[in-house]
Amino acid sequence: MVIRTDAGLYVPEADVYVDPLRPVHRAVVTHGHADHARRGSDHYLAASSGVGILRKRLGDEAPIEGIPFGERRTLGRAVLSLHPAGHILGSAQVRIEVGGEVWVVTGDYKRTPDASAETFEPLRCHTLISECTFGLPIYRWPEPDGVFGEIERWWVENAAEGRTTLLCGYSLGKAQRLLAGLLPFVQGGGAPGTILVHGAVDELLPAYRAEGIAFPPTERVSVETAREHRGTALVVAPPSAAGTAWVRKLGPVSVGFASGWMRIRGRRRRRSGDRGFVLSDHVDWDGLMATIDESGAERVGLTHGQTGTALRYLTEERGLDTFAIATREGDT
Amino acid sequence: MKRFTRLFMELDRTTRTNEKVAALRRYFAEAPAADAAWALAVLTGRRIRRAVPGARLREWVAERSGYPLWLVEECYDTVGDLAETLALLLPDPDTGAEPPSLHTIMDEWLAPLPGAEDSEKRRVVERAWGCMDESERLVFHKLLTGGFRVGVGRKLVTRALAQEVGMEPAILAHRLTGRWAPTPETYRRLISPDAEMRDAGRPYPFFLAHPLSDGPEALDGGPEAWMVEWKWDGIRAQLIHRDGEQLLWSRGEEVITPAFPEIGEAAGALPSGTVLDGELLAWESTGPLRFAELQRRLGRKRPGPKIRREVPARFLAYDLLEAEGEDLRRLPQEARRRLLEALFEELGVREPDDGPIPVGWAGGLPLGLSPLVEAAGWEALAELRASARELGVEGFMLKHRQAEYGVGRPRGSWWKWKVEPLTLDVVLLYAQKGHGRRASLYTDYTFGVWDGEELVPIGKAYSGLTDREIRRVDTWIRRNITERFGPVRAVEPELVFELAFDQVRPSTRHKSGLALRFPRMVRQRTDKPVDEADTLESARRLLAERP
Repeated sequence: MVIRTDAGLYVPEADVYVDPLRPVHRAVVTHGHADHARRGSDHYLAASSGVGILRKRLGDEAPIEGIPFGERRTLGRAVLSLHPAGHILGSAQVRIEVGGEVWVVTGDYKRTPDASAETFEPLRCHTLISECTFGLPIYRWPEPDGVFGEIERWWVENAAEGRTTLLCGYSLGKAQRLLAGLLPFVQGGGAPGTILVHGAVDELLPAYRAEGIAFPPTERVSVETAREHRGTALVVAPPSAAGTAWVRKLGPVSVGFASGWMRIRGRRRRRSGDRGFVLSDHVDWDGLMATIDESGAERVGLTHGQTGTALRYLTEERGLDTFAIATREGDT
Repeated sequence: MKRFTRLFMELDRTTRTNEKVAALRRYFAEAPAADAAWALAVLTGRRIRRAVPGARLREWVAERSGYPLWLVEECYDTVGDLAETLALLLPDPDTGAEPPSLHTIMDEWLAPLPGAEDSEKRRVVERAWGCMDESERLVFHKLLTGGFRVGVGRKLVTRALAQEVGMEPAILAHRLTGRWAPTPETYRRLISPDAEMRDAGRPYPFFLAHPLSDGPEALDGGPEAWMVEWKWDGIRAQLIHRDGEQLLWSRGEEVITPAFPEIGEAAGALPSGTVLDGELLAWESTGPLRFAELQRRLGRKRPGPKIRREVPARFLAYDLLEAEGEDLRRLPQEARRRLLEALFEELGVREPDDGPIPVGWAGGLPLGLSPLVEAAGWEALAELRASARELGVEGFMLKHRQAEYGVGRPRGSWWKWKVEPLTLDVVLLYAQKGHGRRASLYTDYTFGVWDGEELVPIGKAYSGLTDREIRRVDTWIRRNITERFGPVRAVEPELVFELAFDQVRPSTRHKSGLALRFPRMVRQRTDKPVDEADTLESARRLLAERP
């Protein structure tokens, strides 16, 4: 029902590809990250709340059709519906039903709270294809509230010492999650300065606001705003911006990274930032197990990351029928 | 434990020296003496005996977390740090209990463990897990497994504490040298501005040299300003005679007198209140034996007559740090040298022997005066250096004539100029992930050379490449794995590296029959195809000429 082809996951009964790797006739796109949404297909189906973001990525003219979460759409012999994945705004799990047999492709997802995305919806199915970016039990996410508390304390400390706070996270998804998560702190009057955003982050904010996501007031980083707010600002930027000459205009900085990889000390230290915050938009080990349990699936396929270890665990310890799926070039 | 854990996390997450110093000062300002004593011991590199083997801990964590052992092992492979892996895997504590203080853990929980039954060890470990959060468990595991490294050196800790209590770092460094018990009383004496640390046997902190990577031409003052000594390949040591006590201290700050009783006895011939800095060597007739022979002696608490006959020990003096009970370290290098020579005159130094490097020995004693190197200018010295390997030395020490005997390793007044390393072009065969900062990269490599049609492993190396090169090689390795043996990955034999090392020795442990000393990577030889890498035969030709 879902098979792997050179162009990515394919559902023959519906003649549709999920997050295809190259241009196809009909694509279902789970979310707007570059390794899932690629240009050039004839027709895209996506969750309505994610269409704005997808347009930023695929272009205003891209033939994207949005459907509300939960709406059942008949395609050929299959009934297809999209359900919240909680990864970023409008990210979807794909549910495919053919003659009573149900498959679910989770796409990227997380189960921890995120003020900038819908809440993950557990789905029942016979076969589950789940992402497995963090497929080891060492990856267990702390409560995001606590992590935001750490970030806020760090900002206050930096401001007290006259250092600009540079917080790095992916420009799509993580950055907006950080901003939305800081809203209560800013509204409560705790913020020691202004929030500045890198252009790559700023560009995406309207697509979020259009879906009703609330952010604290922000200004785009420029030579002028950087000078004006030097020493007290919190700057949200993509990780690629850290370590470039761009940082210099912020004056003395303390650099932090928000990512699931920050769970490991060695990674944290190698990142050569000052702080690492464990905040991931992917599912952790416990979440993966919960998703599998709640799905009731007898067959589980895993994709992305260290799938071998998790597959062995599911086979040997849980007695499940398992398989690995390579969905990216270079995945094994 | 909470306070110490906070310090650990603060030190761990910053790369800024002033923040580390501030965190250390804050800790020492707040901590009770009993805890501060242990923190100081641990942070200055005191080795704690590993109370529980890592394999046992992995089993216990597997049971406690409900994961199969192989999964725990895979996690360890990814994280690269056992203490951290275990902390990440354990379920959250179920009790609201608080961990006890650092000194309670060290003195009452851990100290009795090495001799205890497994069940008792497990009881203590489970008790700790029951009252500690993730970070506290990480620190506890580090204490338990005896491997405590947290990005601060001894010098930085000494500096921070000295600043906090308002004393000279050099005085504190001296007091911290050698053995001291981590008790509140000792701690108070260590940091007391006037307390005399009455421990007659204490050595001075060893003054260390920086390697001279280019020639000496750039050194200030020209050849006349520098004193040149041979750099012997033994164990750097201080020989002390004070108030009837004779002690030999290794650079690792351990007393090794029992392993070398003849040197301890000889120290009795020195006037009381004398401290010599020198090199301990295994010596036969006119030259040093190879380092491995010396190591045979080092391993024995009470050497019998046979080994003492086979591997006679000698001490060659470089420097005089104390005479008649007076600290001479502030005197210029050449003045200390004159006093050292005068001391050997008094001991009745004999005419130099007729070895490749003639040494004058104190009458009837295994104590020698390490001779100065006479060479007319840097060029002559460079020529002489080329022959250093045959002479059985590692190269030269260049000491400024006005140099004080300093503390630690400041740049400028002492340099070591070692023999050019030997090199081989070798093939990458196996890779393993590193530890700590490099835990998720393949950084530990095993290399081989050709033996006919076959590549045989000849040595391992994990240093010498830049971070960028490591990442590139890491990426290549991931794509070229052929087999897995636990954490070790065999790779396609394709990459050639130039490997530098100081010596080749015969070895029974390696298939190649050879062992390399101090191997490190010089560069990747992208220009060299794999079949042009060196052979075992060419490696054998480099075998140390020394006996």
